[in-house]
Amino acid sequence: MELKEKLVSSFMAFEDTVDVNSPIHDIRTEAIKTFEADGFPTKKQEAWKYTSLNSILKHDYSVFPKHEDALEFKDVKKYFIHDIDSYKIVFIDGKYSSHLSQTTHDGIDVCLMSAALTKPKYRLVIENYFNKIASKDSMSALNTAFSAEGAYIHIPKNKLVEKPIQILHFSTGNEAALMLQPRNLVVVDENAHVQIIERHQSLTENPVLTNSVTEIFTNKRAIVDYYKIQNDRETASLIDNTFIDQKRESLAKVHTFSFGGKITRNNLNFYQNGERIDSTMKGITIIGNKQHVDHNTLVHHIEPNCESHQDYKGIFGDSATGVFNGKVLVEKEAQKTDAFQANNNILLSDKATINTKPQLEIFADDVKCSHGCTIGQLDESAMFYLRSRGIPEKEARGLLMFAFSNNVLDSVKIPEIKNRITKIIANKLGVNIGFDL
Amino acid sequence: MSKYTEDDLREELKTKEYEYGFYTDIESETFPNGLNEDIIKAISRKKEEPEWMTEWRLEAFKVWQEMEEPDWANVNYEKPDFQAISYYSAPNSKPKYDSLDEVDPELLATFEKLGISLDEQKKLAGVAMDVVVDSVSVATTFKETLAEKGIIFMSISEAIKEHPELVKKYIGTVVPQKDNFYAALNSAVFSDGSFCYIPKGVRCPMELSTYFRINQAGTGQFERTLVIADEGSYVSYLEGCTAPSRDENQLHAAVVELIALEDAEIKYSTVQNWFPGNAEGKGGVFNFVTKRGLCEKNSKISWTQVETGSAVTWKYPSCVLKGDNSVGEFYSIAVTNNFQQADTGTKMIHLGKNTKSTIISKGISAGKSQNSYRGLVQISPRAENARNFSQCDSLLMGNECGAHTFPYIEAKNKTAQIEHEATTSKIGEDQIFYCNQRGIDTEKAIALIVNGFSKEVLNKLPMEFAVEAQKLLEISLEGSVG
Repeated sequence: MELKEKLVSSFMAFEDTVDVNSPIHDIRTEAIKTFEADGFPTKKQEAWKYTSLNSILKHDYSVFPKHEDALEFKDVKKYFIHDIDSYKIVFIDGKYSSHLSQTTHDGIDVCLMSAALTKPKYRLVIENYFNKIASKDSMSALNTAFSAEGAYIHIPKNKLVEKPIQILHFSTGNEAALMLQPRNLVVVDENAHVQIIERHQSLTENPVLTNSVTEIFTNKRAIVDYYKIQNDRETASLIDNTFIDQKRESLAKVHTFSFGGKITRNNLNFYQNGERIDSTMKGITIIGNKQHVDHNTLVHHIEPNCESHQDYKGIFGDSATGVFNGKVLVEKEAQKTDAFQANNNILLSDKATINTKPQLEIFADDVKCSHGCTIGQLDESAMFYLRSRGIPEKEARGLLMFAFSNNVLDSVKIPEIKNRITKIIANKLGVNIGFDL
Repeated sequence: MSKYTEDDLREELKTKEYEYGFYTDIESETFPNGLNEDIIKAISRKKEEPEWMTEWRLEAFKVWQEMEEPDWANVNYEKPDFQAISYYSAPNSKPKYDSLDEVDPELLATFEKLGISLDEQKKLAGVAMDVVVDSVSVATTFKETLAEKGIIFMSISEAIKEHPELVKKYIGTVVPQKDNFYAALNSAVFSDGSFCYIPKGVRCPMELSTYFRINQAGTGQFERTLVIADEGSYVSYLEGCTAPSRDENQLHAAVVELIALEDAEIKYSTVQNWFPGNAEGKGGVFNFVTKRGLCEKNSKISWTQVETGSAVTWKYPSCVLKGDNSVGEFYSIAVTNNFQQADTGTKMIHLGKNTKSTIISKGISAGKSQNSYRGLVQISPRAENARNFSQCDSLLMGNECGAHTFPYIEAKNKTAQIEHEATTSKIGEDQIFYCNQRGIDTEKAIALIVNGFSKEVLNKLPMEFAVEAQKLLEISLEGSVG
């Protein structure tokens, strides 16, 4: 049976497990209809021109994993940023693992979507925010239809969350092939500040497809700092849909580090509903083999005096494919917008491919919008300089590539993440970068 | 003296009417509206074409019937009814003239109004004109000078009769009949156009020029141009157009094919100023053009365009860089005003080794217009050391217009070096201030800035054309270009 039919028919089974009388369920039913009508995206759609899902849709994914499989912390410790104190929300095969998690209700809510969707005390927040900005495209709709579990984070007014929050999704391989659809909601009220780290990790070679939706609301003067670490196995694919609604003077930063996975598609959307907003999205992509990473970003400048900064670096080896599709949309009212978009790429092999399409759509006249995009190689004279000082070729190459991606790391506010990413990069490039940052 | 501000400019742009709008009353022989195989056969017969040409047209028509009109471009317009168009119209004064005196005086007056009196052109510019009014060539000059060098420059229908071997060999090789909807339509019904062949090692001594005009009410214009530069030759080809003011949409679907053989160079310049519609966005020409050039080894094709007219423009002059070391260039200024829409850009397909391409695109939008750049840079896996530089700048005047950039970049070779940059801005208050400070009034300052903004492209136009380009820019943005 085709995956689409399977999903549509399993929606009925899904209905048995949730409260069909809640208003949320109307949203779900609406969404499954959208998915049924549109199906999975194909290359014929402009937004998916360079990314075909065909190769990952052929598996017979189990949609409802049987049950939680206990994992020992020591086995999965390396996937955490373990050297800092943090709140943790951990899922194993889509089920919450209380054993590995550390949630809280002390002043802030760091807990589960399943609780938020069912318990009355969250009703107001859910009514105000749930599925308010997620787009109606078929992948997001599919997630909405099956939305039941995920992370729920609510930071009240004037609260500075001292520890970062880590969201981890493990898949154990108990199922021959697994499809996960986590649904996250992050609401950050006025003047509040939060840092979030998200990671999807598969523990075996069994295929996994994750279709995740995260909605983030940053209210007045709120600050959100979001890190996505994508370093999965080559059998795991991720379609990550993130929607960020910003109110005035808020700041949202999303760093995406894509180092692994079969197909990784990041749909990152910022909507600026207020003045003097700052949106930042940065990314480093280093992949090889037959991996495929697609960054699809949108910044919608709706009101005046806002800024957006985009900086994506990519290094592609072997037969890897990189896609960057960035869109900056400036509405008529959004005067004095300052939008910047950069996408720099290095191709290491003749079989690697880069498709990039940095788009600007501008309807306001008093704006400063620019984009730059390059595809090239390492500077031979810089190589020569390093080698003439006795640095072996491999290390020199590694150093240059590290330098190439370094300015993305500059804006990372958690030193432990910076260290971890540096290590992963060094590992990827096969060199030992013998200095601390 | 009252201060001239950007608002005044905007006001002026809004109210500025199409200056060159007039209509020449020449009796034309026009086919009934509609399109079917009989019409195509009739066109072919009318033009006394050989059978292979008729077959070629019919083949294109078959393909066209199965195609759908594309709608991916960032333009909105009422789709033309292809059955409500007459596909052939020719000026009635048919016979060829030996001298200008014999030409229909009214026609000459038309040229006079456009400032291109043939006499003057002959004397001053040394430009050979293959004048196309509606669809049939009525005057060709300098043919003899060209003939001495072995250069063939004539209307394509003549070429089909006189040099069938060349036409047969090259037509449709760069833009195949089934390339796209409009190219297929053009292949089926093209009425006339220009043909140019430069023999081996010849440097064409003058700029070749065609003057296109659309003249008969309700007649679509389907031009077909074929330029072949044989090994080691050079040619500079100019194309320019204005059209009479009319309250009815006119369709123009031209095809231009350029072939640059080894070591050859073709420079193709266009100034387009067809009727853009009035201030309410009514009327205006639909311009759906397919232009493409093929570069063999060490050859070069350079496209330069100044697009100021047409209600809807859909045009992507492209280069297929097939041979090693070949070079493709694209320089463009697109000006849109009122309700004009332009979706234009280029495709650079790098196939050979050490191929280079440069793209410079300047968009100026005013009024309620929409101006898009859409380009593709493609590096194939065996295109070693390919190099591309693209720059797209947009200038916005007023907050009711839009500027869009859709660059597609596809690299499949690790030695490729590609740079793309784009900016969008308005005329900065600080720039105006700087000029004012130095005693330059605001009007002059705006002129200076717009001029500076488009200079990189204007510089690429051949001398004879630069004057005219300047003139046409004036119509679109009068008050801003000095």
